[in-house]
Amino acid sequence: MPYIPNTDADRKEMLEAADCKSIAELWQKAQIRTAPPALEHIPAGMSEYEVTRHLSSLASQNAIHLVNFVGSGYYDHLIPAAVGTMVGRSEFYTAYTPYQPEASQGTLQAIYEYQSAICRLTSMPMSNASLYDGGTALFEAIMMAVRITNRRQAVISGAVSPIFREMIKCYSSNLDIELVVVPVNASKTDSSQDALVEAVSDKTACVIVQYPNVFGTVEEWSETVEKVHAKKAIAVCSAYPIALAMLKTPGEMGFDIVTGEGQSLGIPLSFGGPYLGFMAVREKLVRKMPGRIVGRTVDLDGKPGFVLTLQAREQHIRREHAMSNICSNESLCALTALAYLTCIGKEGLLQVGNLCAAKANFARDLLLQIKGIEPVGEKAFFNEFVIKLPGDSSEIVGKMIDKGFAAGFPLGRYYHDRKNQLLVAVTEKRTREEIKAFANAMEAVLWS
Amino acid sequence: MELIYSKGKSGRHGSSLPKLDVPDANSIPDSLKRKKAAQMPEVSELEAVRHFTLLSRKNMGIDSTFYPLGSCTMKYNPKVNEKIAAMPGFADLHPLLPQLRRGGALTQGALAVIYETERMLSELLGFSQTTMQPLAGAHGELTGVMLIAAYHKAHGDKKRKIMLIPDAAHGTNPASAAMAGFDTVTIPSDPDGNVDLDALKKELNENVAGIMLTCPNTLGMFDKNVKEICDLVHKAGALAYCDGANFNAIIGRLRPGDIGFDVMHVNLHKTFSTPHGAGGPGSGPVGVCEKLVPYLPVSCVVKRSDGTYALEYHHKESIGYIAPFYGNFGIILRAYAYLLVLGREGIVKVSENAVLNANYIRVKLLPYYDQQYPGYCMHECVFSATRQTEKGVHALDIAKALIDRGIHPPTIYFPLIVKEAIMIEPTETESKEDIDKFIQVMIDIAKLADSNPDAITVCPLTTPVKRLDETQAARKLDLASLE
Repeated sequence: MPYIPNTDADRKEMLEAADCKSIAELWQKAQIRTAPPALEHIPAGMSEYEVTRHLSSLASQNAIHLVNFVGSGYYDHLIPAAVGTMVGRSEFYTAYTPYQPEASQGTLQAIYEYQSAICRLTSMPMSNASLYDGGTALFEAIMMAVRITNRRQAVISGAVSPIFREMIKCYSSNLDIELVVVPVNASKTDSSQDALVEAVSDKTACVIVQYPNVFGTVEEWSETVEKVHAKKAIAVCSAYPIALAMLKTPGEMGFDIVTGEGQSLGIPLSFGGPYLGFMAVREKLVRKMPGRIVGRTVDLDGKPGFVLTLQAREQHIRREHAMSNICSNESLCALTALAYLTCIGKEGLLQVGNLCAAKANFARDLLLQIKGIEPVGEKAFFNEFVIKLPGDSSEIVGKMIDKGFAAGFPLGRYYHDRKNQLLVAVTEKRTREEIKAFANAMEAVLWS
Repeated sequence: MELIYSKGKSGRHGSSLPKLDVPDANSIPDSLKRKKAAQMPEVSELEAVRHFTLLSRKNMGIDSTFYPLGSCTMKYNPKVNEKIAAMPGFADLHPLLPQLRRGGALTQGALAVIYETERMLSELLGFSQTTMQPLAGAHGELTGVMLIAAYHKAHGDKKRKIMLIPDAAHGTNPASAAMAGFDTVTIPSDPDGNVDLDALKKELNENVAGIMLTCPNTLGMFDKNVKEICDLVHKAGALAYCDGANFNAIIGRLRPGDIGFDVMHVNLHKTFSTPHGAGGPGSGPVGVCEKLVPYLPVSCVVKRSDGTYALEYHHKESIGYIAPFYGNFGIILRAYAYLLVLGREGIVKVSENAVLNANYIRVKLLPYYDQQYPGYCMHECVFSATRQTEKGVHALDIAKALIDRGIHPPTIYFPLIVKEAIMIEPTETESKEDIDKFIQVMIDIAKLADSNPDAITVCPLTTPVKRLDETQAARKLDLASLE
């Protein structure tokens, strides 16, 4: 039997030792007395070769051949080959959560280095060992703000990813937490910062923004953060980590909690997961932060080493009073992010940032030369921008599929008043030729 | 070992990126650019690879050692699953493709994987439907109790704010219940380690929303009253949640849906062989009986009559979006491959051999270690280091002694109702020879604890570091190397 080494002789010997004549008797003695189920819908076992062939065939039914301009928070970045090799070391991926620190220094040091990388990217002093994804991280940030301020309202920018906002709505539904969404003007792409500040009251625990926002627009937040602080609320920013290669950091702008989706840091798109939620906070908030945290300490001989720390916040100790129910981090994804940032390095990260921004800029210029396509909103963007098409963008995206392009995300799916708008993402993977072909295909779809 | 940030040198870089083939211009004003580059490592690719290889050697994993960590089901992670998850047709697939117009047709292979895995899980659990969305076990628990909350809300039963949780439960159960807005009430265990039925009856009333029961329980035993518990809970108008952390004990042999549970999560990273990843990513699908189907999270994958697959989003009573997309697809894919290789006849052998291995260890170690709750176990057996404690040797010391002997320790100090608990779960993927070696090591440690306890309490001696100062770690926080 695959994966099960006991032979009949082994089983006989072990059953005898356990004073049972048969497996049936063992089940009886272990209190399992109902008849076994039929399991008629489970197929008979297949060989490894047959399973591989079956799954190759399914994989080939997925349209990865499309030239991709869809982002919307999840990006098609290059992943150096060495990342997979390093993360593929089975000493990492077949280990459990590092509860026995002496036997887990590899994982623990890697998480400490990951936490350091997140701090350096965001300019924040402290990070946890990661959370499930960007959406759950943002919800955890709200809960954290609720614990810190004893207030139960979150003011959320309408320019925060609707995917995240839907998740927050779902998680808050039983918790007596008020969510106030500050809408954005459909002809613009900024976050209506004045309206956001206006919405903050003495009931507000936190203000939630995204950077760059869901439309790709990059905004200066420093003044708004000051105003939020003046009203004694917590300022939370969900950031796109690759953009931070180039952009003024959330830490520099004064945010208290920085979260985000870490998929872009070397993690495959993999049809929606597994991904990586990151969270970094100001020092004074760390004891209210959810999730695993690794700290550096010393052993009995004074030698440096790493342990899980501040565990008194966590579910296995605090039970219903814990900061969160989360017990895993996304350890292997955090390791992947660290491996990616190590391989790409300081210089490479700058290059990736510059390539993305330049190629997006080039793509936008080309698209705006096409008759009937108009710019929408602010000009400052990193690698994603909104254009207005002369028709329903969803229809046009459908036609672009036939031309071999995933042309972008039709914003009408999120915002009923943006039916003609298209959100286009460009990463360092897209070549000049692909971008030109994309613009040509778009022109053909619109006008021929 | 040196941090990656102190290796290499300024100006070195190992990456090979495409050249800029468009004008070097962007739309970001200088005021919105970061002033100083993020201080990422500056190492060659070889230096990077060597660093991670050295780190990996400071870890114990299933591939290097026996890993009988109770309640965690550290079974072998088949390598074919990793190969399949890395296929570009899956790994490079953008999750928003199906949301483009006519996009569902672009991801039929991936949707088939989700759908077929869902069907098999529902069959194995004895439930109508399973949501593949939850991203981990605890996330599955949260989803499950949110479904219970939604059910009572939909029935106008607003008073039901209490979740009953046995004292032997994992800490995530009360934490998850709290996140779904419930108050928790603890139910004690009886002298056999089962739920105390009288105590349960006293707490059951019209304010109770449900019970969260780990089945088999955290002592590794099957509570013989579990059907009666479900019946009592139902009679009181509440629902029964099954924590499926221990599903490996019964997979293919007993279906929780058949004995009265209403909702249950399983851990793909336990029972279904996907890697633990040193603490995630996991996946925690939740199966439900018919009456909870309307509240399942969106989206669901359905199979149309023409054999194609589609995503469904429109469920009026759904609790909404608990995950950004369709769950941890890469993990679901591995579990799918595992189920296909094993097939019906293989799955039955999983629980049989897991239970047999655990009982074998139990009888072999009984002469040397105390058991607070004796009797036949399921897939794991729980001992107490109480006899050894008399000589000053605690469960923690035994754990460290095992590390020195090349074996990852069992779970210790859980469940909380057992003094000095040592919880051993061998899984079905270990050979009898390795199990016999482990038994012998445990016997040797017990003997040494008696004759020379200091030789145990001094452990570990062979690891990269000795016991670490956790108090200093919490007091003098050092969580990152900053620039």
